[in-house]
Amino acid sequence: MRAVDFLLSIKRGEIDDVKLIEGFRERVIAEDEKYNIFITLAEPDEAFHRKRLLSGVPIAVKDNIVTKNLRTTCASQVLENFVPSYDATVVERIKSEGGVIVGKTNMDEFAMGALGTTSYFGPTRNPLNPSLSPGGSSSGSAAAISSGLVPMALGSDTGGSIRLPAAWTGIYGLKPTYGLVSRYGLVSYSDSLDQIGPMASSIFDLELLFGVIMGWDEKDPTTYDKHVPSEVFIKRAFMNPDPHIMRNLRVALLKEPLVHEDADQKVVDRFMDYVSELEAYGAVVEEVSIPLVNKAPQIYYVIAFSDASSNLARYSGLLYGKRVVDVIDTDWDEYYMRNRKLFGWEVKRRILLGSFILSAGYYEMYYDRALRARAKLYDELNKVLAKYDVIATPGSNIPPLPLDFDASDLSRLNAIDSLLVIANLAGLPAIVIPLEVSTNTPISIQLISQKWSEDILFEIGKYIALYISKLERELEA
Amino acid sequence: MNIKIGLEVHVQLTSLKTKLFCSCSADYRGKPPNTNICPVCLGMPGSLPRVNKEAIKSAIKVALALNSNINQVLAWARKHYFYPDLPKGYQISQYDGKGVATFAKGGYINIRVNGKKKKIKIRRINIEEDPARIVYPTGDAETSSYILIDYNRSGIALLEIVTEPDMNSPEEVRAFLEKLRSILEHLEVSDLSLEGSMRADVNISVGDGERVEVKNISGLKDIEQAIRYEVARQIDVLEKGGRIERETRHWDSTRKITKPARVKEYEEDYRYMPDPNLPFYIIPDELIEEVRKTLPELPEERAARFINQHGLSEYLAHVLVSSKALADYYEKVAELSGVKGDKVAGLIVTDLLGWIDSEDLSNISRIVPPEDLAEVVKLLEKNEITIKMAKEMIPLLVRGEKPRQIIERMGWSVIRNRAVLEKIVDDVLKENPQVLKDIERNPRAVQFIIGKVLEKTGKKGDPKIIAEIVREKIRLS
Ligand SMILES: [Zn+2]
Repeated sequence: MRAVDFLLSIKRGEIDDVKLIEGFRERVIAEDEKYNIFITLAEPDEAFHRKRLLSGVPIAVKDNIVTKNLRTTCASQVLENFVPSYDATVVERIKSEGGVIVGKTNMDEFAMGALGTTSYFGPTRNPLNPSLSPGGSSSGSAAAISSGLVPMALGSDTGGSIRLPAAWTGIYGLKPTYGLVSRYGLVSYSDSLDQIGPMASSIFDLELLFGVIMGWDEKDPTTYDKHVPSEVFIKRAFMNPDPHIMRNLRVALLKEPLVHEDADQKVVDRFMDYVSELEAYGAVVEEVSIPLVNKAPQIYYVIAFSDASSNLARYSGLLYGKRVVDVIDTDWDEYYMRNRKLFGWEVKRRILLGSFILSAGYYEMYYDRALRARAKLYDELNKVLAKYDVIATPGSNIPPLPLDFDASDLSRLNAIDSLLVIANLAGLPAIVIPLEVSTNTPISIQLISQKWSEDILFEIGKYIALYISKLERELEA
Repeated sequence: MNIKIGLEVHVQLTSLKTKLFCSCSADYRGKPPNTNICPVCLGMPGSLPRVNKEAIKSAIKVALALNSNINQVLAWARKHYFYPDLPKGYQISQYDGKGVATFAKGGYINIRVNGKKKKIKIRRINIEEDPARIVYPTGDAETSSYILIDYNRSGIALLEIVTEPDMNSPEEVRAFLEKLRSILEHLEVSDLSLEGSMRADVNISVGDGERVEVKNISGLKDIEQAIRYEVARQIDVLEKGGRIERETRHWDSTRKITKPARVKEYEEDYRYMPDPNLPFYIIPDELIEEVRKTLPELPEERAARFINQHGLSEYLAHVLVSSKALADYYEKVAELSGVKGDKVAGLIVTDLLGWIDSEDLSNISRIVPPEDLAEVVKLLEKNEITIKMAKEMIPLLVRGEKPRQIIERMGWSVIRNRAVLEKIVDDVLKENPQVLKDIERNPRAVQFIIGKVLEKTGKKGDPKIIAEIVREKIRLS
């Protein structure tokens, strides 16, 4: 059930606002056997605020967003026993609108991974096909929605972590403009790339959740205060899209992901069928090429790994989290070494590479150059967006990978990384809209627009959902 | 042997209301351990820093007072190292390089040693956060089997002031630190009498020896002692034909010696990087001008005023302004007594200071209220006491007695001072020349003179002493 419909029904007095969370725990426990979606379940709570925007809507939260008195592990053994003392700003906002946080979802450890397989708590399975990965790192949030357990969830996106799982599980996901959603309470991976964003089974729900969580926050100095007001999104979440939005919509079709040597031809072909439909509805689609896009993953890795090595320096079991050895039994060097062994392999790899990049002499060689390349990519993307309303790519140019895929085969992941990380590197908003859902090859489209222009993405998204993919019509039924 | 000393002084901005990056109180002293804390200053996962704007204003004040050039692009850097006093695994500080810059560069402080003026150059000024306080239960790191960490101090705003190695003796270091302290007190940014509010790392090289760093010495007294010890130690090694290698040593404040760092400290790589959570901030010209306009009278200007307007000697003026409390005290006493100049200043500097521990200087007004000293000055002016009596009164005032009480108890209400009485006798004799002529014939003339003198002392003169003096004078004439 769509949250927007549910909320309208409550308003009309047709159903009770506790309907969606009734029996929730039982349903979760049954589904969780199959997909391993939740790391921690909240106690069922009917004490939510009544008659507010999200009253009674069950919402899943990725386990790297802190929740007061509710364990937050980042899917890491390091934080296996960590219970935060405060709520992230986005969680506060959801709760104050009556939303019900039902649990914390599985993910790649510290959001590092593309398949959801680096979790200390084991991988999440794809509800479309349990032998496949749901995509990472927001794997549990995507699966919670795709399996029908919740209508909406929070994810985080540093290099595609909302959009890849959305593409692979056939749901909607938005990576907002950098600075539009507070990161206060999001466990940092790479601060200048991380953004919290909404995920949902309906584009309308996506917009509603976005409207609730977005906006300036005094606790996060990187948030921006001159943006489209949240009321606009909240109002439009209950409205049909502008019927003329497709007419003369200028779409730049990004060439690089389509011709990438590891792109899947079947996925690309099917995606192109939908591009033709956009044109049929009046959009003007032109191919553009930005060769620097192929280098985007390298730029991303240098910045993200460096930030990660810094951000993860705090985990030692001293103030919180797990401690395998005590100071009394050893010296400080040994203490840090032994406790920090609890990180998983992928996290260790990124910390080591990041530490190396930041060390004396290498900073200029890698980090500084990455920052300059990032600025160049930003310029090139914005040049395109000065001429076009949106840049379009497939949500993923390969089908979901099997769970036993060898993640060290970087080339396959490079194919998707390049189309996903460009939005993070440039701080641009990017939405993934499912076009068709199947057990092996879900097809989706990603649209990237100028900073602070999420409103356009939602309008186009709703139009596609209603008239082109027709997935929304099934939900309405 | 040529001695070169450079300092890295850390001073807390104790006048701020809150910590540097969170809203916890800056007044952490005397609170139960770990009660003045929040997610930000504990470095809890998900928390984000936000800059205390008042700290920036204080830093601008100091930079202006030290004639430093402020870098108007305010940026923050992370300095990484593993130590339990650092909850994030890095300290938010400032740095010159890697796309960021130090807060201010250059500048100087004029000092005076033995009447000679000298300019000590400032290399740079940074703002940074104070780490937590580590408490060794035995008071010593080597003998403690465990440590306690108090995070109440974590995140307090610090200024790091680094000098060029311009100082050539412990006396110059003392003069520099006193001057710096006085400037900071006059700016009202720091009360450096507070325990642990001024700490320093000291670089010392003697003759051709390598530079030795003595780390983390707290308080002016210990800094001076540590330098004296270290200079003597190095000279001793060199004179015995030994060599001074480059090393880091620690100050043992109980045994008053420096000792080599337990672990051989190699050139540490702090892996500096710009902090992505704190966007660059351009300090507006207007803000700098606004702060410049509110700069108070600084010690040097104040000394000049004392010399020019109060007629103070250069020496006394500079001793007074070496501490704001002392200079304030002098001005108060001068105002209350209506007497200014060397007479008052001398009583404070040469007498009162001899009885007050230099650590207690900031409490001088509480130890001997200025009203009390002003009364002593007035008594002196009225010749009711002699300067010798005034000097004798000082230690009694320090013990808490009141001037009137002392005079009563000592019987000083009767004037016994020969010099005082002699002067009055002389006056009376001069005023009554014919009485002196009658004296051979009229024995009552002596009584008459004594009566006149007594009258002039307000009946407080000791008649026996007066009689003695009068008889002596008559015999002499
Ligand atoms: Zn705090």
